[in-house]
Amino acid sequence: MPMQTNLQAADTIDHVHEGVIYSPFHRRTSAKNINQQWSVWNGYASTKYYADAHLEYFSTRNTCGVFDVSPMRKYRIKGPDAEAMLNRMVTRDVTSQAVDTVAYNIWCTDAGKLIDDGTLFRVSEDDFWLCAADPNFDWLQLSAVGFPNLEITDISEDLASLALQGPTSCALLKAMGFSGIENATPFSIMRFPFGAGEITISRTGYTGDLGYELWVDPADAELLWDQLFSVGQVYGIQPLGEDSLEMARIEAGFLAPDVDFHGSLHTVDRGHDHSPLELALGWIINFKKGHFSGRAALAKEKAAGKHRRLIKLDIEGNKPAENSILYCDKGCKKTIGYVTSAMWSPVVKANIAYGLVEGQYADGPIWAEIYHQKELRWVRKLAQCTRVTKPFWAPERARQTPPSDC
Amino acid sequence: MSNYDIAIIGAGHNGLACAAYLAKAGRKVLVLEANDEVGGLAATREFAPGFRASVAQTLPQLNRGLVDDLNLEKHGFKLALDAMPTVAMAPGKSPISITSGALSGASAEDSAAYPEYRRLLSKFADAINPFWHKRPPMIADGDMGDLATLGKFGWNLRRLGKDDMRELMRMIALPAQDLMDEFFQDDALKAALSWDCNIGSKLAPRSPNNAVLALLLRMSGDLTDGLPLPAGGAGGFTDALAASATSFGAEIRCGAAVEKVLIDDMSVSGVQLSNGEQVQATTVISNADPKTSFLTLLGAQHLDVQFTHRISRLRNQGYVAKLHLALDEIPTFTGLEKPAGRLMLTPSMKYIECAFDDAKYGGYANELPMEVIIPSLVDDSLAPVGKHVLSANIQYAPYAVKGGWDQHREQFLANALATLSQYSPGIESQVSAAELLTPADLEQQFNLAGGHWHHAEFAIDTWWMNRPTYGASQYTTPISGFHLCGAGAHPGGGLMGTCGANAARAILEDR
Repeated sequence: MPMQTNLQAADTIDHVHEGVIYSPFHRRTSAKNINQQWSVWNGYASTKYYADAHLEYFSTRNTCGVFDVSPMRKYRIKGPDAEAMLNRMVTRDVTSQAVDTVAYNIWCTDAGKLIDDGTLFRVSEDDFWLCAADPNFDWLQLSAVGFPNLEITDISEDLASLALQGPTSCALLKAMGFSGIENATPFSIMRFPFGAGEITISRTGYTGDLGYELWVDPADAELLWDQLFSVGQVYGIQPLGEDSLEMARIEAGFLAPDVDFHGSLHTVDRGHDHSPLELALGWIINFKKGHFSGRAALAKEKAAGKHRRLIKLDIEGNKPAENSILYCDKGCKKTIGYVTSAMWSPVVKANIAYGLVEGQYADGPIWAEIYHQKELRWVRKLAQCTRVTKPFWAPERARQTPPSDC
Repeated sequence: MSNYDIAIIGAGHNGLACAAYLAKAGRKVLVLEANDEVGGLAATREFAPGFRASVAQTLPQLNRGLVDDLNLEKHGFKLALDAMPTVAMAPGKSPISITSGALSGASAEDSAAYPEYRRLLSKFADAINPFWHKRPPMIADGDMGDLATLGKFGWNLRRLGKDDMRELMRMIALPAQDLMDEFFQDDALKAALSWDCNIGSKLAPRSPNNAVLALLLRMSGDLTDGLPLPAGGAGGFTDALAASATSFGAEIRCGAAVEKVLIDDMSVSGVQLSNGEQVQATTVISNADPKTSFLTLLGAQHLDVQFTHRISRLRNQGYVAKLHLALDEIPTFTGLEKPAGRLMLTPSMKYIECAFDDAKYGGYANELPMEVIIPSLVDDSLAPVGKHVLSANIQYAPYAVKGGWDQHREQFLANALATLSQYSPGIESQVSAAELLTPADLEQQFNLAGGHWHHAEFAIDTWWMNRPTYGASQYTTPISGFHLCGAGAHPGGGLMGTCGANAARAILEDR
């Protein structure tokens, strides 16, 4: 007898989306996506590039660009236990985070391995938003065991969000009528009346430049897009696709999940997960704040000091060291690690990369084995790498309040 | 504020044993007990004027080593009965009496099978016995002591001989029913023998899991060659433990409920009582169940996420109710000259299984399997002259009964009395007072989350290096200075004081 399966028709299940999901901005982004170049992010159609990735990238450094971050997963954690629960989950001190501020955060397993990173918004004393590129509802629920007085809600569908990034972003927002936005300090939150309700603007982003993220009711999404592009024309506004954002974030020194690290809940083999110490995230591990999940394991790892290290590299030549293996000698006798992200940086005018290397080799000579093509012909090259300790790209305007032209 | 080396939360028998060993080793120990008397579930309490009983009643797991180490006999511990026979009962059938040596009243086949059953299980129990009294090993850490324990465990199994070792490996996770069916024929006999595999756990004769291991733990005592009944109820044992601890210099404070464990810079600094008083101690040992210890007394904010999850997932809902009856005279049980011994009102394993079926879904059976003792027959300290105490463990009484115990208490008691009267017609008219303790009552009266005898289910996933869970199974916890010594730690439930003794040894070794 043939095996039978009786599946409920997908269209009768209201929570299952058939095929790709569209962001609240989709009609607008689709119109500008002249080559219909899409990728899928958390099930949503997300533009790879609208017209030309490099031109879009340059808008983040010279004018301003808009990236649709609506596919990000957003969670609301609200209640008397919210602060204590989050403070125990993430590595930074939530108790000292002021209302209406944002903090970049990470959370780890008991073994001190990085699960994911994201931004934590404190919207009131007992009300937080956690935004992450990947779903984290399960971990939030697990982390809430023992903290009964709070509620966790997936608000991903309740917020339409855009990242507006680049040197003219503040001036554009001001011109749109959000006066006072120039006084928003990095990682602060301001609110303005908008559409039928309110817009939340946080001075945050993923490009390392001056920039903001805008959060509105999905019903007001197209209104926001239209105002940005009509007022923004003289500010050089461009839509940004994923390819341009990837370039900007590498220059800025931000990690990308599933590129620079694998979330520890998704790795299979031993040693394929990462501790935040390896990923140069030690600066956001607050060992003085009291207990947090993974603290004991991280303290032990830090004391031992033998962990791998993600380091910034300036590589000779102009061939990006994508997928390169790293060695401590030009003869390639000893493999010490590999490149996680690499690019030719147009603003820094350097061949930059992140390398994950065994700790003992981080300060010694490092050579990258680069494969590149010359008219389809593969060429192998060994390039000397110089370790860089300062950020590749950190313009003054990203920190200034108010920004210089506002 | 007062200062101690060690504060122990809870004066149950394990808390007291732990205190006695630590005080004996020279530590300055304070035991804090929320109730007005020591002993916890073992305390002998007056439930009606002149009538006394303890929730726990016999001492099958107690070891001579602990009794001697702590001079318990000097401190008043004695037995009312060395070896109490177990009597398999079924309405309309003649009872079968079971002792460790032989059956009486059983068929020739069953009588012939019993010695082999005892031989095999005693051999298994002896092979495993040393490991109940050792700190469980961790597998991955490569610690020499742990490797030695693992090595000895393997060697003890191998020493059983090839045939018996194979049998142990085959039988270790059998349901009680399969074990009994392999040896015996009589339904009541099989049911009575299966009882010790499952009592206290959310298990019934057909449940695979830890039935055989639980039986082996139950057989680990060496105090006598049978089932010992303590004089003065189980409280006689815990009172002696308390006297012993005190004699070694431990201080015991009753009516002192600990509200929380104090943490300073990731380490224990003491405890705070419900009246706000703080006691400083560099070591705090909890005799409370693991959920209460970690989630209530300590708080999830001090623990990692996955560890907290494992603690919160521990199965700790009790399924045993305790019945105490004050009787005007010695009740008559059909077929028995005198209701001496442990009377198993369990006609068959199916009868037990059906009662379990009801309980799984939040109900309880009309006919309730029970284990009955009338300790006053051999102990006149428990009832006024000429009167008697009936003490019964009843399965299954689900902690989370549908609708809550307030609305079921009367009916459950009525079912229990109706079941009893099938064996002892007219017993209701002899009852002058009754106390029914459901798991919800145990939780409330003894601060025992879930009202579970063993604090957390004794099962394969919560056994040995996983008891109560990895990360807290070696009498240490993720919090420096915080330890467990209750039944939620290895080896588990049952009056033997081994959790407390093992914890004390582990703490002394670490110093």
